[in-house]
Amino acid sequence: MDTVAVIVFVLLFAAVTVLGFMAARWRSGDLAVLHEWGLGGRRFGSWVTWFLLGGDLYTAYTFIAVPALMFGAGAIGFFATPYTILAYPILYMVYPKLWKVAHRHGCVTAADYVRRRFDNRWLALAVAVTGILATMPYIALQLVGMQVVIGALGFPTSGFAGELPLIIAFVILAAFTYTSGLRAPAMIAVVKDVLIYIAVIAAVIIIPEHLGGYAKVFAAVPKAKLLLATPPAGNWGSFSAYATLAFGSACALFLYPHSITGVLSASSANVVRRNAAYLPAYSVVLALLALLGFMAIAAGVASMPQFAGGFKLYSNNFAIPALFLASFPSWFVGLAFAAIAIGALVPAAIMSIATANIFTRNIYREFISPNCTDAQESSMAKFISLVVKVGALVFIFAIPLQYALWLQLLGGVWIIQTLPSVILGLFARMLNGWALLLGWVAGFAWGTDLIISNHFAPIYPLHLMGTVIPCYIALIAVVVNIVVSFVLSPVLNAVCPGPRELA
Amino acid sequence: MANPSDDDAPLRANHAVRLLLIIPFVMTMWVPFFNRIDPMLAGIPFFYWYQILCIVISAVITFIVYRAES
Repeated sequence: MDTVAVIVFVLLFAAVTVLGFMAARWRSGDLAVLHEWGLGGRRFGSWVTWFLLGGDLYTAYTFIAVPALMFGAGAIGFFATPYTILAYPILYMVYPKLWKVAHRHGCVTAADYVRRRFDNRWLALAVAVTGILATMPYIALQLVGMQVVIGALGFPTSGFAGELPLIIAFVILAAFTYTSGLRAPAMIAVVKDVLIYIAVIAAVIIIPEHLGGYAKVFAAVPKAKLLLATPPAGNWGSFSAYATLAFGSACALFLYPHSITGVLSASSANVVRRNAAYLPAYSVVLALLALLGFMAIAAGVASMPQFAGGFKLYSNNFAIPALFLASFPSWFVGLAFAAIAIGALVPAAIMSIATANIFTRNIYREFISPNCTDAQESSMAKFISLVVKVGALVFIFAIPLQYALWLQLLGGVWIIQTLPSVILGLFARMLNGWALLLGWVAGFAWGTDLIISNHFAPIYPLHLMGTVIPCYIALIAVVVNIVVSFVLSPVLNAVCPGPRELA
Repeated sequence: MANPSDDDAPLRANHAVRLLLIIPFVMTMWVPFFNRIDPMLAGIPFFYWYQILCIVISAVITFIVYRAES
C-alpha cells in the first residue's frame, strides 16, 4: 500500500465529509419541506448550478469508463464527445421552459410536471417508475468507479475487508445527504470539480511529455483503434452507430431524474440558459480524459507486471488508475483518486435525492398517502434516500457487475421513453395523456425486447430499403413511441380529451 | 449572478437566431467527414482535434444565441 497516496486520499475525503454536513446551514431553509431538502430551495445561481450539473453529469463512472472504452475499443469510445456537445443545444431549447412551468406549479420532478400537464396520474406513474428504474443501476455504477480507485490504492479487494471502505464511504454519503439534502452535493461538487480539473490538466500535459509528445501517443495506438472502421457498401456501419449513440444519449441525458433535479434547483430559467453555454467546459475535460485511454495504451500499462492483478480484477476499467500510478508521484495519485471517489459521491447523492423525490411525490403522495403533510413528505424522502443507497450497495456486492452494466444500458433505453411526455408535451398541444401512455408502453416493450434479443449490444442493424443502418436501440424505440403517441392522440382526444397545455 | 426578477419575465425567443443551434448537430453527426487522420494538428489526428474544436464552436454558438435572447 502506498502510504502517502492513502493519506492524501483520506484527508481529502474527510474534508469533503465535513463540508457535506456543513452544507445544511448554507443558504439555509426549512429542510422539512421537500423542495428545500430535495431542490436546495431552488436558490442555486449560475455558478452553483454549473458546478452541480457538472458534478452530476460527468460522474466517476464516466471518468473511468470512457477512457477504458478508448483503451479497449478505440475511436468509438470518443462518441462521448459529440454526445456531450449535442446535450447543450437541447438543454438550451427545452429546459428553461420546463423550469418556468415547474416553478410556477411547484413541480419537484418530471412526473410532477406530467401529472399536471396531462392530468393523468397513470402517465405520471409511468414516468416516475421509469426514472427510478433507470437511476438505480446508475447509482450502483458510481460505486464501481469508487471500488476501482480504492483497489488501486492497495486496499484489500476481497472479503469483508474489501467491502469495508466502500461501506464507510456510503455511510458518510447517506448521512450527509440525509441531513443536508441537495445542498451537500452542490457544495462538494465545487471541490470535486477543482480536483478533477487539476488532475486532468496535469495528466494531459505531463503524461504526453513522458511519452514523447502527442504524435508518439497516437502512433502507438493500433490502426484499427485510431479511426472508426470504414463501412462496406450498402451499410452505414460504425458511422451511423457513432452518430446515433451520440444523438440518442444526448436526448436521454437531461431526462434522467438527477439531471432534472439539477436543472430545477436553478434559481431561474435564465440560469439554465446560461449554463447551456458554460457547461461545455466540462466536455473539453471529458474529451481530454478520453484521450488518456490512448495514453494508457502508449504507456504500455497493460503489460506492466505490477498492474496485472488490477487488470484481472477490474479489466479495462483499471487503465486510468494504472496510468496515474505509473506516471505520477504518490501525493498526486492520492489527489487524482480522491477526485474520482468524490466524483462518485456527488452524482450518487443527487441520484438518490432525485429518486427519493420521485418516490415520495409521485408514488407515496399520489397513491399511498394523499393527505400527508409537507413535513411527512420531506421525512419520507430522506428515508427513501437511505433505502436507495443501501439498495445500490447490496446491488454491487450481491450481483455480478455485468448485470449492473446491462441494467444501465436498459436504463438509457427506458429513460428516453419519457421524452414524448416530458419534452414534446411542452410544445405539442395535440398530445393526449392516454396516447402517450400507450406510446410509452410500445417504446418500453419494443426497446427492451430489442436489447435482449440483441444480446445486450446497444447497436441494432436496421434494414431500410436495401441499406443496413446500425442504430442505437434507444433511438429506434423512442421513434416507435413518438409515432404511436402522435397517431393515437387525435383519436383519444375525441374520446377522452385532456388539457392542451400547462401555462 | 441570479436575478430574482428573472422568475417573472417571459423567456425571450428569437427563432431566427435559434436556427444556429442546428450547426452543432450537422458538425458532429456527419461522421464520414471527420473520420480521417489528416490533417493532423500537433500530432493529433483530425478525428480527435476536430471534435474537440466542435465543443468550442458549439459553446460559442449557444452563447451567441443566449446573448441574442437576453
